Amino acid sequence: MAAPTIDRRAASQAADARPATQTVPLGKALNMGLRAAMERDPKVIVMGEDVGKLGGVFRITDGLQKDFGEQRVLDTPLAESGIIGTAIGLALRGFRPVCEIQFDGFVFPGFDQIVSQLAKMHYRSQGRLKVPVVVRIPFGGGIGAVEHHSESPESYFAHCAGLKVVACSNPADAYWMIQQAIACDDPVMFFEPKRRYWEKAELDPTATPDPLFSSRVIRPGTTATLAAYGPMVRTALDAATAAEEDGHSLEVIDLRSLSPLDLGPVFDSVRRTGHLVLVAEAAAESSITSEIAARVQQECFYSLEAPVLRVTGFDTPYPPSKCEEEYLPNLDRVLDAVDRSLAF
Amino acid sequence: MSSPHQPPPPKGEAISVGAPTATANPPTAAQVIAGLRATTEGGDDLVQLLTPEGVRVHHPDFDIDVTAEDLCGLYRDMVLIRRADREANSLQRQGQLGIWVPLLGQEAAQIGAGRAMRPQDMAFPSYREHGIAWCRGIDPTALLGIFRGTDQGSWDPKETGFHLYTIVIGNQCLNAAGYAMGQRFDGKVGDADGEATIVFFGDGATSQGDVHEGMVWAAVYDSPLVFYCQNNQWAISEPLERQTRVPLYQRARGYGFPGIRVDGNDVLACLAVTRWALDECRTGNGPVLIEAFTYRMDAHTTSDDPTRYRLSDELEAWKLKDPIERVRVHLVREGMADQDFFDGVQAEADELAVRFRDFCVNMPDPGPERIFANVYAEESAPLAAQREEYLAYHEGLEPLAGSSVDAVAGGEH
Repeated sequence: MAAPTIDRRAASQAADARPATQTVPLGKALNMGLRAAMERDPKVIVMGEDVGKLGGVFRITDGLQKDFGEQRVLDTPLAESGIIGTAIGLALRGFRPVCEIQFDGFVFPGFDQIVSQLAKMHYRSQGRLKVPVVVRIPFGGGIGAVEHHSESPESYFAHCAGLKVVACSNPADAYWMIQQAIACDDPVMFFEPKRRYWEKAELDPTATPDPLFSSRVIRPGTTATLAAYGPMVRTALDAATAAEEDGHSLEVIDLRSLSPLDLGPVFDSVRRTGHLVLVAEAAAESSITSEIAARVQQECFYSLEAPVLRVTGFDTPYPPSKCEEEYLPNLDRVLDAVDRSLAF
Repeated sequence: MSSPHQPPPPKGEAISVGAPTATANPPTAAQVIAGLRATTEGGDDLVQLLTPEGVRVHHPDFDIDVTAEDLCGLYRDMVLIRRADREANSLQRQGQLGIWVPLLGQEAAQIGAGRAMRPQDMAFPSYREHGIAWCRGIDPTALLGIFRGTDQGSWDPKETGFHLYTIVIGNQCLNAAGYAMGQRFDGKVGDADGEATIVFFGDGATSQGDVHEGMVWAAVYDSPLVFYCQNNQWAISEPLERQTRVPLYQRARGYGFPGIRVDGNDVLACLAVTRWALDECRTGNGPVLIEAFTYRMDAHTTSDDPTRYRLSDELEAWKLKDPIERVRVHLVREGMADQDFFDGVQAEADELAVRFRDFCVNMPDPGPERIFANVYAEESAPLAAQREEYLAYHEGLEPLAGSSVDAVAGGEH
């Protein structure tokens, strides 16, 4: 697959000044990644609601305005179409805006600018205009929030040609992927697993990152394949650990890039295991998981020992939060699907 | 300036002439509409420098010195772009264009604004701004691809300072607001040689949220942005009173910047006011709203039928305010141009029309590779595979293809 244009040399040079491996929460890793990108390129600006003094409602941009000034970290008026629409204009002017959408369910006022202008600008201008805008969206449920704060809208954007869509699942990926997304000349919808913001893991800022638009086997296995992205990667890993007790060796793939999908590792895995269970919070209908299921049956038809199964949110609006533990895929539902696949 | 913020005294018969007091009842909806209709002539605040009869008048705030040569140039611009516009209409009727968006009647609004721009300025058009394109040095033939279906905008927005046409109503106001913020962030605003941006939209667009948000953004970031609203009285079939209860230029007051209504059929007034507004912006006093009060003499597009929703009386009344005729009359009356000049412009217009038509009918169709080109700056592997598969399929076809192909990957066959 086409390699993204992260400037690895510059990235590791910037990283040289930092301490080596440290243990940080995912949210902090994003903050560090944003900071590194802003230090490297003066054209990188951060814009959104409350991203300045407050540091964003999740503190992802904490301290950036203090260090980079109000002209590079913009507290915007409270209108998402305005955020995206002006980011496009700034990008046409040569800036690399990183927009924060406060919550997943608030992106829709900006949807028109995203699909009508942001996604199509390069195409309709026959490549004359680049709009390297990153739209950061904290997504998914599990935090006991009110309506519009727990949604998983990634499939809308993956369906739209001209956008690239990625989701990070752990601190190291968060740190690298946000920098790679900012360095990318295409618009990137960047989904952050908000309920994992506080989960810690090791981050080595001197490491060499994988290409942005690549998936990765994060736990090898032989019995069946689990593929997930964003917040469900942790769930899939937990399921794999639990399945070990039943003698099942589950391979876990972190999809990372949702558009373009990098399904090579999935196909390879399915050809070995013959079983695939997809895990996502988003509703099943016409989703990322539908797309993967279709592509796997095209590519791995004779290798499949069972139909591709999906463990997802239901085809309903996101429910009141007291119901969300049942709505969200969990370890039990994933293992149940694995059992059904293996028993097929 | 003569207080552009002040609303004109309402003239509707249902509204008393005296200033309303704090205790007065608010006007009824019918009274407000009557007031709006009373502004058909533009109202007292309309900036005008050349009357429909071609008489030069002076304005205390927006006067302008123009030479005979300048005036002749503006006349030529308007005649040529009208000629291209009429030719395009005919080309559509003859099946050479899928659709055309006429600018007839709005030549002064566009040429005046376009000639007020300086090379370092940036314009964000809607989709009727053929006259602005002309002023940015874009040949009218470059517009044809959009309407013939061979491209979606063939000019280079960076080289010309003219963004691609924007068809989703109002979107461009936000893109322009962002661009203008960038001009300020780049330190290009603050002196007489600074940069400014101008964004074009219509009366219908003023109902869009993006126009509102654009005005909020431009105001709070002190952006060098001129909002140039061509109020041509009609949004397809919907009259102005379906969009607003106040004259549009007065909306600027709510955002905290000046709003000016200019006679959009008066090229001198449009030039003077836009030049002033752009200078305000480039020196750091933006944004500004201009309402160019004009009239869409033709249909919304070649697919529209205005006879279903407006009276020919209205059209006839506006014909008397034609933007080109008043300049011609003025030039003749003042002895600024002779018959040779007018004949020369006419000949030039005819040559342009011939060249325009030839270009149009000889435009090659794009090949199937165009479908896949430039979707991304960095093409994705799945899209590259889809392209290769389709082009290989297409290669194997007899000359005519047409229908889409449900590609089946054969990974394990």
